[in-house]
Amino acid sequence: MSASNMQSPVRDNRSRMPAWTRNLRFREAVAGYLFLLPWLLGLALFILGPMIASGYLSFTRYDIVNTPRFVGTKNFVEIFTKDRLFWPSVLLTFRYALIVVPFSLIGSLLAAMLLNQALRGTTWFRTFFFLPHLTPIVAAAVLWGWIFNPDVGPINHWIRTITGSPDAPGWFRDPAWAMTGLIIMAMWGAIGGNTMLIFLAGLQGVPQELYDAAVVDGAGTWAKFWNVTIPMLTPTIFFNTVLGVIGALRVFAAAFVATQGGPAYATWFYSLHIYTKAFKYFEMGYASALAWIFFFVLFVFTYVQFMQSKKWVYYAGEVD
Amino acid sequence: MAGEIVTARQKSRERSAAPTSLFQSASWRRNIGRGILYLIAIFSSAVFMFPFVWTILSSLKKSAELFRFPPTWLPESPQFQNYPQVFEIVSWAAWTWNSVLVASVATFGAVLTAALVGYSFARFRYPGRNVLFMITLSTMMLPVEVTLIPLYLLFAKIGWMDSYKPLMVPSFFGGGAFLIFLMRQFFMSIPIDLDEAARIDGAGYMRIFWQILMPLSIPVTATAAVLTFMGEWNSFLHPFLFLNTKAKFTLAVGIRYFQSVAVVTDDTEPKYHLLMAASVMMTLPIILMFFVAQRYLVQGIVMSGIKG
Repeated sequence: MSASNMQSPVRDNRSRMPAWTRNLRFREAVAGYLFLLPWLLGLALFILGPMIASGYLSFTRYDIVNTPRFVGTKNFVEIFTKDRLFWPSVLLTFRYALIVVPFSLIGSLLAAMLLNQALRGTTWFRTFFFLPHLTPIVAAAVLWGWIFNPDVGPINHWIRTITGSPDAPGWFRDPAWAMTGLIIMAMWGAIGGNTMLIFLAGLQGVPQELYDAAVVDGAGTWAKFWNVTIPMLTPTIFFNTVLGVIGALRVFAAAFVATQGGPAYATWFYSLHIYTKAFKYFEMGYASALAWIFFFVLFVFTYVQFMQSKKWVYYAGEVD
Repeated sequence: MAGEIVTARQKSRERSAAPTSLFQSASWRRNIGRGILYLIAIFSSAVFMFPFVWTILSSLKKSAELFRFPPTWLPESPQFQNYPQVFEIVSWAAWTWNSVLVASVATFGAVLTAALVGYSFARFRYPGRNVLFMITLSTMMLPVEVTLIPLYLLFAKIGWMDSYKPLMVPSFFGGGAFLIFLMRQFFMSIPIDLDEAARIDGAGYMRIFWQILMPLSIPVTATAAVLTFMGEWNSFLHPFLFLNTKAKFTLAVGIRYFQSVAVVTDDTEPKYHLLMAASVMMTLPIILMFFVAQRYLVQGIVMSGIKG
């Protein structure tokens, strides 16, 4: 410490070490790297290293017992041409995301707007909306399985009471309804969650002057919503969309616990497909190839969204 | 109930008829608007809370009552002994302790190291910093499956299977991109003049971190800790893969196991009432934690979303 205090006014050329090593900049950089060290190690050990390993494995056959056998692009060719569950699981996953993401975004925005109306008891409403998001996914899957119980669940009881007929969906036991059940369950957890809180903060960040100016120009409620609120919220909408898409495409635990991918593969999501190949059949090479395809797709999706965002996202505070 | 419906209907009739000037006045219309907003808020709260209510009611019923048709609302006589019974038929106490242990240790490691790394990204200038930060952020979209397979093989090879090491040790290496981002954002909001004043007084980097920045960052540290703890408590895939012995399960894995055996009527009856009690007991600590840390939690989530 004392050395660093000494060196700046008096330039000491007699030292053996090159002068730049005692430069403040250099010391700062060394300290910076030292504080960064845990994460540098973590990146190498738990992220980049395993990525390289799984990248290599994706070109091999590996069943854990025998050593990995290099097979070139055989895994990928098989995935795209022979795997009977690959395309259905991809389509299922996209279909799920395509419904869950827009609906939960719109739902979250509406909920946030409702909470932004300065109603009495807003704190309570916010808590009620948020609690489902806190419920552990495994517990949520268990309790929704019970609510969707085809015979004695409350939902089917209501459906039967309203329609007056004894027929009601089989939900998690019915291939035609299992996906709908999972979507309802996901929306229950997503609408009042982080997305809503982030929207709420976004709404509160819209400057009141803009609304006042709009009113002076004769704008009504709708005009204010479409021409002030929505444009000012575009950064928040963008952030929530990117995270929402990534989260929805990764769906795993809910389906794994509630439906186990069934019935009749009706909820066989892509991550379930990877899981089964890797940890049930121990086809580690094949599963790594599946995982890399997944990563590639997520990357492309996120990249496209970032590119598109330049066209529609408006950053009010953009200076640099 | 009936009264409410009548008034709502009356209101809508009045609104649609509404020829007199009184009903066209702005304050009248505003009041109607507020009333509708309250109705929507109360109705949607009820929808969101219904699954909890149903679960709690189910957890207090007898097994036979659960399968009665048509379903009953309130339990005939509340069976509070269902809760202690969960502890008897599965190792609930052990699973709870395991969850507490794993979540606490992982949270400690993650928050501590994320703060150090966030400090580095926020306060130091060095070559490659921005590139490393971009890499850090982009790891958020990495699907867990890409790294999970090699890590599984690695942990199996070094004999970490069926222990808590795979669930705890990696947390001590920065705590993940989200926490690092959160800490960095917060540190960047603290004026650098404070650091500089401390440096002039002779404080080193470590001392600035512990005595200047951390005391000012208690709210964000609390947020980070609560979010991490909840995430670890709820985490399913990793403990499910790495733990085999039933006694070592965490709650998430345990409740899934319980679900798979609850339907089996080996001795007497299905145990769905106990499964519901177990769900309540797994969720309750998280909800309590939310009430205690509500302010920090909401702030932290909001902070992470600002300026995407």
